Amino acid sequence: MDLSLYFTSADLAGITPEIILTITALLVLTLDMTRITRPGLYLLVAIIGLITAGYVIVQSGGDERSLFGGMLLLNKFTLFLDILYLSVGLATLVFSQGYLEKRGGETQGEYPALILFAVIGMMLMTRANDLVMVFLGLELLSLSLYVLVGFLRHSLLSNEAGLKYLLLGAFSTGFFLFGATLIYGTTGSTNFNNIASAISLGAILSNGYLSLGIGLLLIGFAFKVALVPFHMWSPDVYQGAPTTVTAFLCTAPKAAGFGALLKVFIIAFPVVFSHWENLFWILAALTMTVGNISALMQSNVKRMLAFSSISHAGYLVLGVLVLDSVGLSAVLFYLVIYSIMNLGSFAIIAAVEKEESGLGLEDYRGLATRHPWLAAAMTLFMISLAGFPPTAGFIAKYGLFSAAVANGYIWLVVIAVINTLVSVYYYIRLIVNMYMEEEGKALDPVSTMPARMLIGILAIFVIIFGVAPSYLLEMAAEAGNMANFLFSTH
Amino acid sequence: MEGILLNELSYPVLTVITFLPLAGALMILLLRNTAQIKWLALATTIATFIASLPVYKYFDKTTHLMQFVETHSWIPVWNINYRVGIDGISVLFLFLAGILSILCVTVSWKAIQTKTKEFYISLLVMETAMMGIFVSLNVFLFYLFWELTLIPMFLLIGVWGGPKRVYAAVKFILFMLAGSVFMLVGIIVLYYAGGRTFDIIELSKISYPAGLQFWLFLAFFAAFAVKMPMFPIHTWLPDAHTEAPTAGSVLLAGILLKMGAYGFLRFSFPMFPHAVQMLFIPLLILSVTAIIYGAYVTLMQNDLKRLIAYSSVSHMGFITLGIFTLTQAGIEGGILQMINHGVITGALFLCVGMIYERTHSRMIKDYGGLFKTVPVFTVFFAIFTLAAIGFPGMNAFVGEFLIISGTFKANMVIAAFSILGVILGATYMVWLYYRVALNEINSATKSRLFDLDLREIATLVPLVVLVFLIGVQPNILLSYMHVSVEHLLEQVHTTVISDTNPLYDSVIGIAQYIRELFVWI
Repeated sequence: MDLSLYFTSADLAGITPEIILTITALLVLTLDMTRITRPGLYLLVAIIGLITAGYVIVQSGGDERSLFGGMLLLNKFTLFLDILYLSVGLATLVFSQGYLEKRGGETQGEYPALILFAVIGMMLMTRANDLVMVFLGLELLSLSLYVLVGFLRHSLLSNEAGLKYLLLGAFSTGFFLFGATLIYGTTGSTNFNNIASAISLGAILSNGYLSLGIGLLLIGFAFKVALVPFHMWSPDVYQGAPTTVTAFLCTAPKAAGFGALLKVFIIAFPVVFSHWENLFWILAALTMTVGNISALMQSNVKRMLAFSSISHAGYLVLGVLVLDSVGLSAVLFYLVIYSIMNLGSFAIIAAVEKEESGLGLEDYRGLATRHPWLAAAMTLFMISLAGFPPTAGFIAKYGLFSAAVANGYIWLVVIAVINTLVSVYYYIRLIVNMYMEEEGKALDPVSTMPARMLIGILAIFVIIFGVAPSYLLEMAAEAGNMANFLFSTH
Repeated sequence: MEGILLNELSYPVLTVITFLPLAGALMILLLRNTAQIKWLALATTIATFIASLPVYKYFDKTTHLMQFVETHSWIPVWNINYRVGIDGISVLFLFLAGILSILCVTVSWKAIQTKTKEFYISLLVMETAMMGIFVSLNVFLFYLFWELTLIPMFLLIGVWGGPKRVYAAVKFILFMLAGSVFMLVGIIVLYYAGGRTFDIIELSKISYPAGLQFWLFLAFFAAFAVKMPMFPIHTWLPDAHTEAPTAGSVLLAGILLKMGAYGFLRFSFPMFPHAVQMLFIPLLILSVTAIIYGAYVTLMQNDLKRLIAYSSVSHMGFITLGIFTLTQAGIEGGILQMINHGVITGALFLCVGMIYERTHSRMIKDYGGLFKTVPVFTVFFAIFTLAAIGFPGMNAFVGEFLIISGTFKANMVIAAFSILGVILGATYMVWLYYRVALNEINSATKSRLFDLDLREIATLVPLVVLVFLIGVQPNILLSYMHVSVEHLLEQVHTTVISDTNPLYDSVIGIAQYIRELFVWI
């Protein structure tokens, strides 16, 4: 059989990172079967795999390439996101060392392997230029996450979260698939470019069914990135999952969801996007507001941050709404900063928590006295999440707001800044508890040296990208520009 | 470039005085020894003050142009430059911030016993932010420093404050943000309206449409009015001032409150002159309400710090009154009074802090006859009380005189009402002095009182000197601002008022928007 009929060596070269990651994942699983039972080793192997894949991706330079007959489309946009996924995966693995044991579980080979598989899934999701490929990536990601969420076998909450995520996730996958089917039925293709040209040529079977298809697809994405009213699953899942998994879950997959959503709308539906503007407007306003107001009422820190991450998805929709190169680069920049802040704060939560359900706000009392550096880092992450300058959170928010104002969404930005104000209240409540209240029972954080160092590095990033964001902004602008080029071809 | 005067000094003086405190804070981060931390903090604030001295010497008083300007590229993607510079309006605040920061360190020497390191770091970061606000010539940079004041002050109040400190700190930060988030939207709109630039000099040259001016004025007003604070959004102030540690109260009263008035002069007047002209009468009425209401509420206070805090509401009313008269005398008086208020109220908070440290009571009823028990303290207290009243020969007299004479030019009725504020001001201060310093000796706190030591006297003496110096020779300060204020007024008065009524247009705009909203649904 002549394989060159199906793919070329260029195609294979394009997916080298995926191949490396798959081999690493399999290697970790194989190691688990041998007599070497050292969890640290599995993590180390996985980390080496991630770094190698990252190196290969950076070497590729982000030139625009279409692979496998248009199934995948690589450019600077996908490069930017790929690096983000790999970094988040790496950070998660570093923070995971010793965490599962502390919570009464054990780090088996599956754990790092599943994280690697999830990373591959995310990469495929945004590299895809075809609805079928998006679906494949989405499923690979989701299946890995279902298991990861329920990874603490002995914890009831973790099991509950896993099951809940599986049921609702499967449900949302159904929406996605049904939408894709309708789109295929009306346009005759699952390829983004072909869909776009069918729409712009008017070669569509039925406008109604196409709209229904896009709507259902949108619901599928909205589930994945937890936009209100499709967010119900996320607080329970975030709270129940092992904290290191929560850190992973609320950062990288959200970035992948937004990345794929943006790519679909930019390449496949640029013409019809204007019809969906109002819906995105409402989604943004609802998501910010409901997320923030719900977060106000939480006393469990992990759950509070879960709701806070919902509201951050709402801010991100502002950038989706703008949908030009400026908006796109604002979204990309925000995703990076958002990931840094959340990884950092969840890593600290993972270090201090002991109990099944995680810690309440009161449990953080006196942390500033006994562990000033940890408390200072947490404070930094909180004020960055709240969007205070001179932290990175402010620059990221400013980018989104500015892009939205430039496109005339002033009232939505007003809603967003009022939401920011509301969010400050719950973020500073944690600072109040750490610094200003009488000391409670002693917390004693357990963390490894690499984890502590990584928390420090993330905290420094929060400051650096707050005062000198130029470099990262330029990279995001470049990645956003590429999408602008695609946009203009239609 | 047009509109700026280049640096005549051999070192980038404004950058140095802005970031020297921050550098000090970073060094403190690495220290462990409490004594070392204190000395380093003191050294940093003194060094900053000394570094700023050449500015006052080499400042060119004959031009309204920006001086000592430094420009560097910062975030080119968004066309944001790091640009600093000062003119006659901002130069004096650097002096005030520099001197008050030193006093804040000396007064906290013994008062702060817990989390010393964090305290002095917060204090120094505050100083950087305060300096930064007054030197920024880029709106983005300005906003950055503006918000940077919040977290250190939040910590100062919340960690080292009085019994209700958490409530006060949270209230403080939420009030501040409620104003500044609207300013953020305003800033973004201004950026696009001004041709995608954040440069204050550039933005001040553009004439914006009347409707836009109106909305932008309101957006900035939200932030400035909360900071001032203007009536009726002053309610955070008594709580924050009362619960804050002495250093926090001094910085709040001395600098933070001035940021709002400075914002009006730096942004609202040159950029939205039309809106200012349209709204100045309502603003004058708000100011005079603040003066009288603030004074009446002050009369009723039985807590020393709270009394001084409420008197600030009244005094800040005088400052906005002066500014919004849109007259040379009024604005100069307003700026001078900002400095005066910083000196006097700062001094009064220092005084109260000093006796609070001894007795741990802020209640007026716990004191009495202090002139017998602590005579040195009482002398200082008397000087600052008289200064606060506006006694001739002291600094506040000049400021209030200028403000009121400006007000008479602008509006007779409002001026008449503002006189009432002066009378009430004298009443509450004299009555306070009577209850605390004269009267019978109060045995409740007598045993714990002892007179000021050398450190405390050294803290108060510079402020006494300023009180008399400005009182006798106000021209030392006024000469800095003459030309700049003249230029500012020129900008306001030469604006052409178009026929359209922006309020009307805006209401129509909102109505249209709501209609559109319904069409979607």
